[in-house]
Amino acid sequence: MPKDGGIGASSKRREDVRFLTGNGKYTDDINLRGQAYVHFLRSDIAHGILKSVDTSAAEGMPGVVKIFTGADFEAVGGMPCGWQVTDKHGQPMQEPGHPVLARGKVRHVGEPIAAVVAETLAEARDAAEAIVLDIEHLPAVVDMKEAVKDGAPKVHDDLTSNLCYDWGFVEENKGAVDEAFKNAAHVTTLELTNNRLVANPMEPRVAVGDYDRSGGDHTLYTTSQNPHVIRLLMGAFVLGIPEHKLRVVAPDVGGGFGTKIFHYQEEAFCTFAAKACNRPVKWTSTRSEAFISDAHGRDHVTKIELALDADNNFTALRTDTYANMGAYLSTFAPSVPTWLHGTLMAGNYKTPLIYVNVKAVFTNTVPVDAYRGAGRPEATYQLERLIDMAAHELGVDPIALRRQNFITEFPYATPVAVEYDTGDYIATMDKLEEMADIAGFAARRKASEAKGKLRGFGVNCYIEACGIAPSNLVGQLGARAGLYESATVRVNATGGLVVMTGSHSHGQGHETSFAQVVAEMIGIDENMIEIVHGDTARTPMGMGTYGSRSIAVGGSAMVRATEKIIAKAKKIASHLLEASEGDIELKDGAFSVAGTDKSVAWGEVTLAAYVPHNYPLEDIEPGLEETAFYDPSNFTYPSGAYACEVELDPETGQVTIERFSAADDFGNIINPMIVTGQVHGGLAQGIGQALLENCAYDSDGQLLSASYMDYAMPRAVDLPFYDVDHSCQTPCTHNPLGVKGCGEAGAIGSPPAVVNAVIDAMRSGGKDVKHIDMPVSPSRVWAAMNG
Amino acid sequence: MTQVKMTVNGKTASGEVEGRTLLAQFLRDDQGLTGTHVGCDTSQCGACVVHVNGKAVKSCTMLAIEADGAEVATIEGQANADGSLNVIQQAFQDHHGLQCGFCTPGMVMSAAALLKENPKPTESEVRHYLDGNICRCTGYHNIVKAIMAASGQDVSAIAAE
Repeated sequence: MPKDGGIGASSKRREDVRFLTGNGKYTDDINLRGQAYVHFLRSDIAHGILKSVDTSAAEGMPGVVKIFTGADFEAVGGMPCGWQVTDKHGQPMQEPGHPVLARGKVRHVGEPIAAVVAETLAEARDAAEAIVLDIEHLPAVVDMKEAVKDGAPKVHDDLTSNLCYDWGFVEENKGAVDEAFKNAAHVTTLELTNNRLVANPMEPRVAVGDYDRSGGDHTLYTTSQNPHVIRLLMGAFVLGIPEHKLRVVAPDVGGGFGTKIFHYQEEAFCTFAAKACNRPVKWTSTRSEAFISDAHGRDHVTKIELALDADNNFTALRTDTYANMGAYLSTFAPSVPTWLHGTLMAGNYKTPLIYVNVKAVFTNTVPVDAYRGAGRPEATYQLERLIDMAAHELGVDPIALRRQNFITEFPYATPVAVEYDTGDYIATMDKLEEMADIAGFAARRKASEAKGKLRGFGVNCYIEACGIAPSNLVGQLGARAGLYESATVRVNATGGLVVMTGSHSHGQGHETSFAQVVAEMIGIDENMIEIVHGDTARTPMGMGTYGSRSIAVGGSAMVRATEKIIAKAKKIASHLLEASEGDIELKDGAFSVAGTDKSVAWGEVTLAAYVPHNYPLEDIEPGLEETAFYDPSNFTYPSGAYACEVELDPETGQVTIERFSAADDFGNIINPMIVTGQVHGGLAQGIGQALLENCAYDSDGQLLSASYMDYAMPRAVDLPFYDVDHSCQTPCTHNPLGVKGCGEAGAIGSPPAVVNAVIDAMRSGGKDVKHIDMPVSPSRVWAAMNG
Repeated sequence: MTQVKMTVNGKTASGEVEGRTLLAQFLRDDQGLTGTHVGCDTSQCGACVVHVNGKAVKSCTMLAIEADGAEVATIEGQANADGSLNVIQQAFQDHHGLQCGFCTPGMVMSAAALLKENPKPTESEVRHYLDGNICRCTGYHNIVKAIMAASGQDVSAIAAE
């Protein structure tokens, strides 16, 4: 029976009402008195020497308040990178400077060169057209393998090459891995590309800077997944503003998917310019700007090899990946192809020996950073395509080959430095096989063939590391931040609660699901609980939302703070009930003395805390407010098995998704409705990557897919109804809720199933296709079928 | 600058606009109706859909002066007179047809236009009608389901939650 509230209930989302009635408050809805508007003049060439920026004609244009160039930012810091990777020789990565506005050179199309602040946006744009740029064109590097060749044009003249780092993991295992390949009965080798994507949250980025001269206080309103992180990075490393003089507010945010984690130049600019212009300064990205200024995702080129023994057991895995960093290091870019990718290469399998090599490369393209899944989709795609290819080469069933090599005992320490606490890969595969109706596939294929179509079936498993992350561990791995989360629970005198969380909701429904947890713990109605997030002035220092960490880390902090509240409330109740504290029980919002009918209501205890007339003042303080910081002891490891069924038109190469089944293990679940919705959205992004989306540059570094006319966003007609199940639940063993996180699974788990299905369909049409790169567009499919 | 006057959600709305001012800008910046969102600049995403004289229109692709004298309806005017959610809005909440909420106003306005033209659309008709509305969060499953539910159709057979 569905519950009608608390943990496990599909409570309707309270945030929906404001969004459905046009009352959401997004950053672009904020307009401050006296606000001016900024337009950024961006480079339209990928690589060149910036010889001069002549703003003289523009200065006199109507409405111009002030024009800024790189020279105005010489006294401030550059954009910081939050993660330092150490290469296979023990040396730190090459880390170039990253100016707020370009200085000396331009390095990618879209790099901001000058900023015009004017009375209206139209006037700012008009004036920007009157700025004269003198840029000496240089040859651009776009292809990663070209970029690391001797003599390639250098993106950064002060670095030794375009190689950011050459990372080996685990370097000490390399010899043993190579030896295992020599002794293998069979080796399967696959070269593939993980296509570059643009995250495309529907709300473009916005920043509004404000400065209060009376107290010298800065405020930045911004479209961020982690306002405290922006405050720290921008305040400490860019503008030199102490945190107590800087407030960062991220109100309703219209989707993030990773790309709103990072600290961007436009945020620093608006904060800086608000003081320099002595008035609020607002920037609203257009979608065209978003394509050339939001950090992109993925963009790996990989060679991967699997060694098997004569019984088809996996004996070793070896990968060689080139990862595009773009022109500069975005905030967490170096961590994505390394610690979020290499550590996942074991997947769901007991491969004993693994070696991962990653070369991160600078190119004259937009910076690349985390996008939904971040490293884990790249790992999953390689591995699950490779296993399908191995099964095909060996003539065995791909599901049977997976099952044979599944990890079955937990905890399980992988050869790539992580320990899975729980999982049941057999259970999710069993569930998937039932959902996907494999027995009925032959008949469905026959029906497709009767229409002149081909039908294919593809499956894959996935494992991800979520609940990011233990601070001491990530510190050793190069993170320049802790990855705990925080919560303050403030109980009001009349019993209502405000939970101030460091997590940030930008579509995930935290205002609903977080309230369900606290309601369950205390036994009160969800509507008595308000969730506050997204404002550094109202929440404790928190690290924000990404890496499917909110319920696992932020939720755990909230549980810890609530436990402190309950412990103190029990003390107060024991005083009011004149009973021993150990005998007090909290149930359904009332405190009672065990074994008696004596009780006191939640509201009476909270009132006593703030009106402490009859109160043990000698033992405890008045008030009822507690804060907890929670630092996880391990990652969480959601896992699952996905199946896709496609129909392929051999005449046109068009592929349609006919069925998609997803069996996930997220551990315990707070709100099944929200979890299902998260999986749906992830699946759409993964299917989008597999079938439609591609961020394409030409050899001059011009972005060819820079609008919705050219970048194929998945639309309703491109996608099916999905069949999603999360009844397989192996709770996380190391957080108090037993939760694992669900935000990225769909995007991580779906691309290989789609491509495996397409290849299966092509084979059924008599074409032995080994591999096809994403996006599996009609032209690529047609070429593969007719090649 | 040109004077424009129109009816927005049943009330008179007027202001001075430039020739290049878009209807979306007029609604957001002049009228403070920030429920209409702008998610792209190529008339693709549909976050800005409003009704002009009863037809669904992308307000980012219409000049404010073109709407002079028109009857305009926006998301802010969709709730029932008592402030409760209308049938479409309620179906979106009931079926979790929104996550971040940014595309939602356009989705609701498009859905309203669809159901006016086609009171009992099939799944395929709903998906095709939404070709001009992009959502990045929901994968469309629950949007399609919500619109079919709002049309009075039984959606219980569509995969759950």
